[in-house]
Amino acid sequence: MTTIDTFSEGRKLRRATSGTPRTLTEGTLTEDKPQDWQQASQNPPKGAADGAQAKGGKPAGLHTISRGAWLPYLVPVGLVLVWQILSSTGLISDRIMPSPVAVLAAFWERLLSGELGRDVAVSGARALSGLLIGGSIGFLLGIANGVSKLSEQLTDTTLQMLRTIPHLAMIPLVILWFGIGEEAKLFLTSLGVLFPIYLNTYHGVKNVDRDLVEMGRIYGMSNWSLFRKVIFPGALPSIFVGLRYALGIMWLTLIVSEAIAANSGIGYMANTAREFMMTDVVVLALVIYAVLGKLADVVARALERWALSWNAAYQA
Amino acid sequence: MPVSSYLLPSAMVWDAFELQERAYFPDGTEVRPIAEPPVLPKAPAGLRLRGVEKAFGDNRVLRGIDLDVPAGQFVAIVGKSGCGKSTLLRLLVGLDEPTGGEIDFIDDGGDRVAPDARIVFQEPRLLPWFSVADNVAVGLGDGVPKAFARREAELVLDEVQLSEKAREWPAKLSGGQRQRVALARALVSRPGLLALDEPLGALDALTRISMQQLLTRVWRELGFTAVLVTHDVTEAVHLADRVIVLDEGEVKLDLAVPRPHPRHHGDPELALLEGQLLAAILGES
Ligand SMILES: Nc1ncnc2c1ncn2[C@@H]1O[C@H](COP(=O)(O)OP(=O)(O)O)[C@@H](O)[C@H]1O
Ligand SMILES: [Mg+2]
Repeated sequence: MTTIDTFSEGRKLRRATSGTPRTLTEGTLTEDKPQDWQQASQNPPKGAADGAQAKGGKPAGLHTISRGAWLPYLVPVGLVLVWQILSSTGLISDRIMPSPVAVLAAFWERLLSGELGRDVAVSGARALSGLLIGGSIGFLLGIANGVSKLSEQLTDTTLQMLRTIPHLAMIPLVILWFGIGEEAKLFLTSLGVLFPIYLNTYHGVKNVDRDLVEMGRIYGMSNWSLFRKVIFPGALPSIFVGLRYALGIMWLTLIVSEAIAANSGIGYMANTAREFMMTDVVVLALVIYAVLGKLADVVARALERWALSWNAAYQA
Repeated sequence: MPVSSYLLPSAMVWDAFELQERAYFPDGTEVRPIAEPPVLPKAPAGLRLRGVEKAFGDNRVLRGIDLDVPAGQFVAIVGKSGCGKSTLLRLLVGLDEPTGGEIDFIDDGGDRVAPDARIVFQEPRLLPWFSVADNVAVGLGDGVPKAFARREAELVLDEVQLSEKAREWPAKLSGGQRQRVALARALVSRPGLLALDEPLGALDALTRISMQQLLTRVWRELGFTAVLVTHDVTEAVHLADRVIVLDEGEVKLDLAVPRPHPRHHGDPELALLEGQLLAAILGES
């Protein structure tokens, strides 16, 4: 209810202030709720059209559309341009920082040779299997501890204690246990994603509306049905928060563990390039990590929007 | 029966209320006039309570309640806040066990039958991630074939005049509409008895009047036994055949309301009964 009201408030606000500079409107919305901002930025043409109508259909509306579309990219594009100019004029040495064009060339070359595809696939598979293993364990523990008092008493305190150990601090121990092979990377990534997923799943289950659970019982739902129809969907918003947080940790852990030792993957690509002072490939590796991280987040967001479409906060 | 969804100017809505023939929810949905032929009939279940007690530790909330509710009757329970109304309802529908006495469900002839009750709370308690129709289908229980569930949900949604909202998310509905979905969910399995715990308490005055008419109509069409807890004596005398005043965990007054339906808001006899009830609740003799 509250969220819906916020929505319509947001719309009203947008319409009411559409005569004034657009940035003000956006600023107001952004402060309130991120999804309002999304809403605003997703259909700028509508707001802009309103603005145009308010001003008696002047072409100012058109101008506003294009500005809203390109303005956010002005700074990054500008930075890349400046970087390119500094590199081309020799103000920045190639050994410190390759030019954007050089990075692009490295990308193209490795893409054609197939090396890049292979390395990305290897790193992606590592990341995903870590997420799958750690995420499943965290999810199952979160559900179990959320619904069962016994399980909670048995394991929650332990997990809360283990959680305080930064998982990357375990690297020396992990190397002693597993060496520097795949197991070490898998273990670290799994461990890293386990806790955010556990905590948020547990928290989500604990916070499912008691009245809804009682309603389910009144209507004779079995435990399984209660889980499927009430508890899991109720915990889902929180689980998604955990998932998106875990994705960040997943990439971070992978980058660190690939930097320590690897004979394939993006980290390997970067390490070998460093030995040969190929700064363009090193920077390319950074860019690819960034793109993969963004991609994972976009996919998670899309999944979230789809799964939580019943929730006014996620409605398009 | 098709549900019309006229949008009338507000003056006409008021006229409609005045006439008492038909009324409209503030959202524009028409409240059907009370229909004569019952649809979806089902044998109602009466109640027989003997010395029913309920204590929470030292707190004796119900202290020996004796009550006979004939099958099909509409009973309202009123009383001060904290006098045990909700506790009694929870016992009736089996959500809690009494600490003493017996609760039996009976048929027309007074023979014991299996408990067969549903409850509607003040909050609709809908699953926000299920469509309206799927929420109603929850009332049928687990393992019901999909097609059957859908058909039953549609039937009962038509009964509460929400057919056109079957595919909506609950978040898109108004408070009154949500409560009608909760009512549909409670009724979809055709219970012999429906308990209502201040079901209209959270609604605005206009919606409440429309909902009262809807409740009366649904009760007359489906023929279940209704036990309504309310803090509103006007509501009690307008809806019920009989009003019971609970006080300190005992039945203080058991008052028949011998007026035919539909009842009118200006009815002086009802006003008289209201006065009697208020006096009993407030402890004047
Ligand atoms: N689950 C419970 N545990 C302990 N005390 C309860 C419980 N439920 C109700 N009570 C007590 O029973 C009394 C009656 O409550 P209730 O039936 O909810 O009153 P009302 O008539 O307002 O619906 C109150 O004093 C309340 O504190
Ligand atoms: Mg109560």
